[in-house]
Amino acid sequence: MEFLSHYLSIATESIFIQNILLSSFLGMCSFLAISKKVETSFGLGLAVIFVNGITVPANWMIRKYLLEPGALSWSNIESLQNIDLSFLTFITFIATIAAMVQLVEMVLDKFSPTLYQALGIFLPLIAVNCAILGSSLFMVERDYNLGESVVFGVSAGFGFFLAIITMAAIRYKLKYSNVPNGLKGLGIAMILTGLISMAYMSFSGINL
Amino acid sequence: MKFLRKFLDKIEPNFQEGGKLEKFSALFEMSDTLLYTSDKVTDNAPHIRDSIDLKRAMYMVVVALIPIAIFGMFNIGYQDDVTRSILANILAGAKVFLPILLVSYLSGGFWEVLFATVRKHEVNEGFFVTGLLIPLIVPPTIPLWMVAVATSFGVVIGKEIFGGTGYNIFNPALVTRAFLFFAYPGAISGDTVWVVDGVTKATPLATYATGSATSHTWLDMFYGFIPGSIGETSTLIILFSGLFLIITKIANWRIIFGILTGMVGFAYLTNLMASASSNPMLALTPQTHLVIGGFAFGMVFMATDPVSASQTNAGRWIYGIMIGALTVIIRSLNPAFPEGMMLAILLGNAFAPLIDYYVLRGHIKRRQKRYAQ
Repeated sequence: MEFLSHYLSIATESIFIQNILLSSFLGMCSFLAISKKVETSFGLGLAVIFVNGITVPANWMIRKYLLEPGALSWSNIESLQNIDLSFLTFITFIATIAAMVQLVEMVLDKFSPTLYQALGIFLPLIAVNCAILGSSLFMVERDYNLGESVVFGVSAGFGFFLAIITMAAIRYKLKYSNVPNGLKGLGIAMILTGLISMAYMSFSGINL
Repeated sequence: MKFLRKFLDKIEPNFQEGGKLEKFSALFEMSDTLLYTSDKVTDNAPHIRDSIDLKRAMYMVVVALIPIAIFGMFNIGYQDDVTRSILANILAGAKVFLPILLVSYLSGGFWEVLFATVRKHEVNEGFFVTGLLIPLIVPPTIPLWMVAVATSFGVVIGKEIFGGTGYNIFNPALVTRAFLFFAYPGAISGDTVWVVDGVTKATPLATYATGSATSHTWLDMFYGFIPGSIGETSTLIILFSGLFLIITKIANWRIIFGILTGMVGFAYLTNLMASASSNPMLALTPQTHLVIGGFAFGMVFMATDPVSASQTNAGRWIYGIMIGALTVIIRSLNPAFPEGMMLAILLGNAFAPLIDYYVLRGHIKRRQKRYAQ
C-alpha cells in the first residue's frame, strides 16, 4: 500500500504537475507539427508513451550497470572496479533512444501501416524528441530506482499524450475560427500552448 | 422616438462601403442595433426562426448579473463599516465598484472596437457580459491599472485573436482572472486577504486554508456577508440568478448540476481521507465548499459560457463533473492556491474540445453500427 501510493504520486506528478510538455516545454517541435489531427496525435502520443516507457528504464539499467562511477564492479576484473564512464551518459542515452525508435518504427510499419504513413517523418524524429531525452535525464537527476523509472517513463509519456490530444482537439475546433492571417497555423498554436500551460499551472505547487 | 430612427437612417450611407466614415461602420452598427432591432436577415443557411438571438441571450446574463453587482456593492460597504444604513453601504461600495467597471468596459471596449474596425466584423454583445464579469471576480482593492492590463490581455489573447465572440477557446473573463492570478499574485488577493480603508480581513477560504475555523457562520457565508471578490460572496443571490438562467435556457443545467455532482462527490471522498491527514482543507464539507470562494459564481456564470464549454449533452456532464472534482482537488491539495474554481474551469475549457470530439466519435460509431452495415 505504501509503495503503491508512492508510485501513484510519481505518476500524478509527471502527468499533471510537472507535465513534460506544458511545464518543462520539452518536445515542442513534434507537439506543434503533429497536433493538427486528433487521430495522428493519438498515434504519436502512444508512440511516445511506448518509447518513453522503454527508454527510461533501459537507460536506468545502462547507467546503473555500465556508466556510473564504480558501476562495472560486477565484472570481477580488477582494472574495471573504479572506472567512471559517466561522461558517456548523453551519447549512450541518445543511442538507446535511437535504437528503441527504430524498434517502434518496425512494429508500427508491420501492424498499423496507416498510422505509420500518417506519422511520416515525425516517427524517426521521436529519436531527437527532447521530451524523451529529457525524461531520461530527469530520471538521473531525481535519482529514481528501477520501479520508479518505469512508472515515471510511462507517465511522462502519458503527460505528453494528454497534452498533444488536448491540443489537437482544440486545433480541430479552431478550424471554424476566424484567426488573423498573420497568426494562422503555428502562431496561434504557440499562443494556445501558452494558454493551456497557464491552465495547467493550477497544479503547480501541489506537493504529493 | 421617430427622429432618432430617421437620424440613424440619414447618416447610415456614410458608414456603408465607399462612404466617408466607412472605417467606423462597426461603431455605427453597434449603436444602431443597440437602439433598434436589426433589420438584417440571414442570407445563407441555416435559417432558424427563434425569438432569441445572441444579443438577447447576452442581455439575459447581464440582467442576472445586476442583483449580484448591487449586492457586491452593498457588501463592500458592509465589510468596511457594519453600522451604516443599507443605502449608505451601497453608495460606499459604488465608489469602489463603478471605477473598476468603467475601466474594464473602456479598456475591453477599446480593443473590441479596434479589432472590429480593422478586421471588419461587428462589435458583439459578448463583451457586455465579459466586461461586467471582470469587475465581479476581482477583489475590491485591486489597482485600476491592473484591471486595464488584465482586461486587455483577456480580450485580445483570450478572444480577439481567435476571431472574436463565438470563436474563443477560453472564457475571456477567466483568462483575465488567471492573468491577474499569475502576474500579480500579491495583489489579486480575492482568495487571501482584502483591505478596505486600512482594515485587513481574511476571506473564509483563506482562513480555512491556514487550518483555523472562520468566525463567520455558514448562513453568513451563504447570504454573502463575508469578504471576498466583489461578486462571488452571496451564494443565495447567485443561485437565484442561476435558476433564472436555467429557466430561460441561457445556461445549460447539465453543466451546473455536473459541477455540483463532481464537487459533492469529491468533497465526500476527501472527507473520508481527512482523518488520516493533517491537511485542514480535506475536512471541508460539500456545503462549505459551495459557499466559500468563487465556487457558486464560477459554476453559474463562468463554466456555463456556451462558447468555451462542451457543446454536447454527454460532454456537458463530463465537463461539469470534471470541473467540480478539480476544484475540490486544487483547493484541498494545492497549498499555493486556496481558490481552485477559476483555474479548474480554465482547465475544463482546455479539455472541452477533446471531450466533445470523443463524444461525437462515440455517436458516429453507434449510428454506424445501427445503419451503415
